[in-house]
Amino acid sequence: MARSDVKLIGAWASPFVMRPRIALNLKSVPYEFLQETFGSKSELLLKSNPVHKKIPVLLHGDKPVCESNIIVEYIDDTWSSSGPSMLPSDPYDRAMARFWAAYIDEKWFVALKSFLKAGGEEEKKAVIAQLEEGNAFLEKAFIDCSKGKPFFNGDNIGYLDIALGCFLAWLRVTELAVSHKILDEAKTPSLSKWAENFCNDPAVKPVMPETAKLAEFAKKIFPKPQA
Amino acid sequence: MAERSDSEEVKLLGMWASPFSRRIEIALTLKGVSYEFSEEDITNKSSLLLQLNPVYKMIPVLVHTGKPISESLVILEYIDETWRDNPILPQDPYEKAMARFWAKFVDEQIYVTAMKVVGKIGEERDAVVEATRDLLMFLEKELVGKDFFGGRSLGFVDIVATLVAFWLMRTEEIVGVKVVPVEKFPEIHRWVKNLLGNDVIKKCIPPEDEHLQYIRAHVIVSSCVLSLGFV
Repeated sequence: MARSDVKLIGAWASPFVMRPRIALNLKSVPYEFLQETFGSKSELLLKSNPVHKKIPVLLHGDKPVCESNIIVEYIDDTWSSSGPSMLPSDPYDRAMARFWAAYIDEKWFVALKSFLKAGGEEEKKAVIAQLEEGNAFLEKAFIDCSKGKPFFNGDNIGYLDIALGCFLAWLRVTELAVSHKILDEAKTPSLSKWAENFCNDPAVKPVMPETAKLAEFAKKIFPKPQA
Repeated sequence: MAERSDSEEVKLLGMWASPFSRRIEIALTLKGVSYEFSEEDITNKSSLLLQLNPVYKMIPVLVHTGKPISESLVILEYIDETWRDNPILPQDPYEKAMARFWAKFVDEQIYVTAMKVVGKIGEERDAVVEATRDLLMFLEKELVGKDFFGGRSLGFVDIVATLVAFWLMRTEEIVGVKVVPVEKFPEIHRWVKNLLGNDVIKKCIPPEDEHLQYIRAHVIVSSCVLSLGFV
């Protein structure tokens, strides 16, 4: 009966959709996953997110919540008594988590996406430089935020772990496509260890797409062959 | 009114004509927090700014007890969580999520789209104006039956959307296009009047004459730069 109260409109391959799925798993909230067909948008999606017409959309009762990181905070606020908090309690630490989550979406992921579309060698070099700068920032951020614990959020995964970790499958697909290690243990040892721990987390494993399946899907939506 | 040591604890690196900087000043003033303001020359960034915000190298940066915080929306939430009087964000999780949603919408959709008006003429400009209006319609609908986005009093979205009220709408005079005509956007105009009735807002927005002068100079430079193909 509780299951029908929470619905998530999404798609298996979307890293943004992964975010609320992990959050719901962390809080042990049962939900109905309404999968969108790639290439078309359902009436429900258009009605629930008229502003952006994008997934994910969380439907709690009949109330829609949009924008993946906003949904994750909503889940944390609403089911605050189930499972550990996804954000630290200290306002400064919370600000750091939100700052880096915004950075990941505005800079880091934009660079990652452009890698898949990058044409010539010059373009690729520029994107690699951007990503390496970003990874260096994130390596330091991880050391600062984790304070010796395995995750950005400490002992358990949280908001910032989810904000970055959701891209790991796409990261692997990109590395294969461009034959270049983007997340390099030699350059970012802490981040690399974190990535391994994140992917093994029980809240993450069920919703992280298999690299092979995602690579095949990527070939469909990015039909331009990589040089 | 606050002790000297108190005001030294909070420092804001900002810029008088920036909507992102002013929104922080609004929040701090609403909460009665004393702060030291440091005016940055954004054409010649200080080494302090570059040190405190190495990622974006932009204002505003809030420094509290020696620790810097960047990105205006992140700063606003920090302020709300640190100084609990006169809350800016709603308590209810759903209302809070909606406030965050609209704030993000103003910054990532309205601001980005509206900026494109500068330097454009003719059909291209008309298209941008149309796109901006489509986005503003969402805000227009949100205001129906409310004095402010926050309800009966100023809230998070109002503070963020001052960008629309006192930057986008002030730019209209300079670019010669009524992007937000009152016939199409009566609620937004009513809301701007409500904002102007609020003492904190009046105190914290840039003085109109100087601001219009600044916008005029800035727009002309941008248009020249764009038309000469430097950008």
